[in-house]
Amino acid sequence: MTDAARSDSSWRRALASGAVRAGGGLLLALATLALFAPWLGTVDPTLFDTASANLRPGALGTVLTPDGGSAPHLFILGSDAYGRDLYSRVLYGARVSLAVGLFAALLALAAGTLIGIAAGTLRRADGALMRVMDGLMALPAILVAIALVALWRASLGAVIVAIAIPEIPRVARLARSLALALREELFVDAARALGTPAWRIMQRHILPNMLAPLLVQGSYVCASAILVEAILSFLGVGLPPEIPTWGNIMAEARLHFSEAPYNLFFPGAFLAATVLAVNLLGDGLRDALDPRALERR
Amino acid sequence: MLAYTLRRLAATIPVLLIVALLLFLLLRLVPGDPAAVLAGDAANPEQIARVRASLGLDRSMIEQFGIWIGRLARGDLGESFYFKVKVSELIAQRLEPSLALAALTLAVAVSLALPLGALAARRSGGWLDRLLMALSVLGFSIPVFVLAYCLIWLVSLKLGWLPVQGYARLAEGGWPFLRHLILPALSLATIHIALLARVTRAALIEALGEDYVRTARAKGLGELRVLLRHALANAALPIVTTIGTSFALLIGGVVVTESVYAIPGLGRLTVDAVLARDFPTIQGLILFFALLNIAVNLLVDLSYVLLDPRVRYA
Repeated sequence: MTDAARSDSSWRRALASGAVRAGGGLLLALATLALFAPWLGTVDPTLFDTASANLRPGALGTVLTPDGGSAPHLFILGSDAYGRDLYSRVLYGARVSLAVGLFAALLALAAGTLIGIAAGTLRRADGALMRVMDGLMALPAILVAIALVALWRASLGAVIVAIAIPEIPRVARLARSLALALREELFVDAARALGTPAWRIMQRHILPNMLAPLLVQGSYVCASAILVEAILSFLGVGLPPEIPTWGNIMAEARLHFSEAPYNLFFPGAFLAATVLAVNLLGDGLRDALDPRALERR
Repeated sequence: MLAYTLRRLAATIPVLLIVALLLFLLLRLVPGDPAAVLAGDAANPEQIARVRASLGLDRSMIEQFGIWIGRLARGDLGESFYFKVKVSELIAQRLEPSLALAALTLAVAVSLALPLGALAARRSGGWLDRLLMALSVLGFSIPVFVLAYCLIWLVSLKLGWLPVQGYARLAEGGWPFLRHLILPALSLATIHIALLARVTRAALIEALGEDYVRTARAKGLGELRVLLRHALANAALPIVTTIGTSFALLIGGVVVTESVYAIPGLGRLTVDAVLARDFPTIQGLILFFALLNIAVNLLVDLSYVLLDPRVRYA
């Protein structure tokens, strides 16, 4: 069986897997909610009206509009202590979570793959690069992210970079071991014997074969990044409180937890569902795309 | 055994140096004057000058790194400008609650994950196995602070069985101490139960398929004895390894859990230090956590010798 045929059938197997369908479907639904938030019965998540503070889910209230007027609004998930619409805040919060998850994963994947390939192909750089990765891995990821955000002061970009950095070593280790293994493969040998230039071997033979395991690893990085962002916000060291993120909403809700626990549970449920969806997707992809994992089962 | 121990010890030295270097660079990468960052936002020029002199900031980077390593070797983590005490003292004061939480969490995780993993492995492929593995994905995905508030809501607010938050020192008595730690440890343990149960299941399934298990069964040993004496003993390595690799995750979890349950430990201290932008304390804490993590993983490496005699000759 040729390379292309093998990868075709494993992608088809991935799409048929229950875990991939469940996780992917859930994630698609969440992404749709995030993307179409303005058209889903929401108001500007920063609008408030103290007259409508602490409403129960499903209550009818009012929001103050920017032009100074007041408009009636159905608070599907209730309102917070400032009278902001929780439903709108949770939906807009999904944008932050998904963006951080996606871009932190892409950044960690790109940097980790680059470092891993460099370590796997350049003998002189290998030792130094991997020792730095070992050192970075000894530091708990959340603490590194917290320290970096504290140094830079939080913006969306800073949070994404700060969350991606501690995830790099795991990707780099994987990419390095893949590069080392692929270098010894017969088809790479054959390409080299045919006089194919090194960059073309990298592009045609090494990188495509690294894609599946890296994608699996990327989904775990994504899940972890979404969690770490929520934790940073929840601890009050992440994005500023005026930006609605699930962690920020929960940090405010904890102050009124005994009276309005649902203010904390709604964003919490969305967060848990998102992480679950990404993990399911990752597990399903791993089982379908990584033949070794299948044999181990 | 001695040679192996020395070899593992020697292997941690480069990692320690890299960790020190990374934390050294962390402050040098800040835009602006590291002395001003370390001295705090409210520092006067005199205090900034004192910090600059103690770090040797007028000298070359290599000399500065030498000074930093020298101070670390003496256990000098600098002084917190927010709490106005030495960082090492601060860590010593806040150590007990965090250690207690981490130890109880590990105890809960191991004592629940091993039987659950074994159960799933015994019924591999059956409905119980599927249910347990589905629960493990769930346990792996639920964020520790979300779970913590679910437990507070149910157990503390609705049932009134346990305190909502707070901490009682061990010196105040065993039951008050334990009462305050049960919910935090359960919240934090869940992800580790999920992780360890999965690894236990996989390792046991592999071990149960080995020839020595068939031999043990053939010579008439009971199922439980086969499971414990033969399969689990051989599955111990991946389980212990997972405890080591997930220790960094445990430290991160301690930071979050202490914040939810208002436990005055190192995690709470970390968050307070970040909110106050108290960089000597942040730096000292991360270094301390990294050392702890490296030490635990060294212990894991050394435990291989006890768990698996083959390692000794490798």
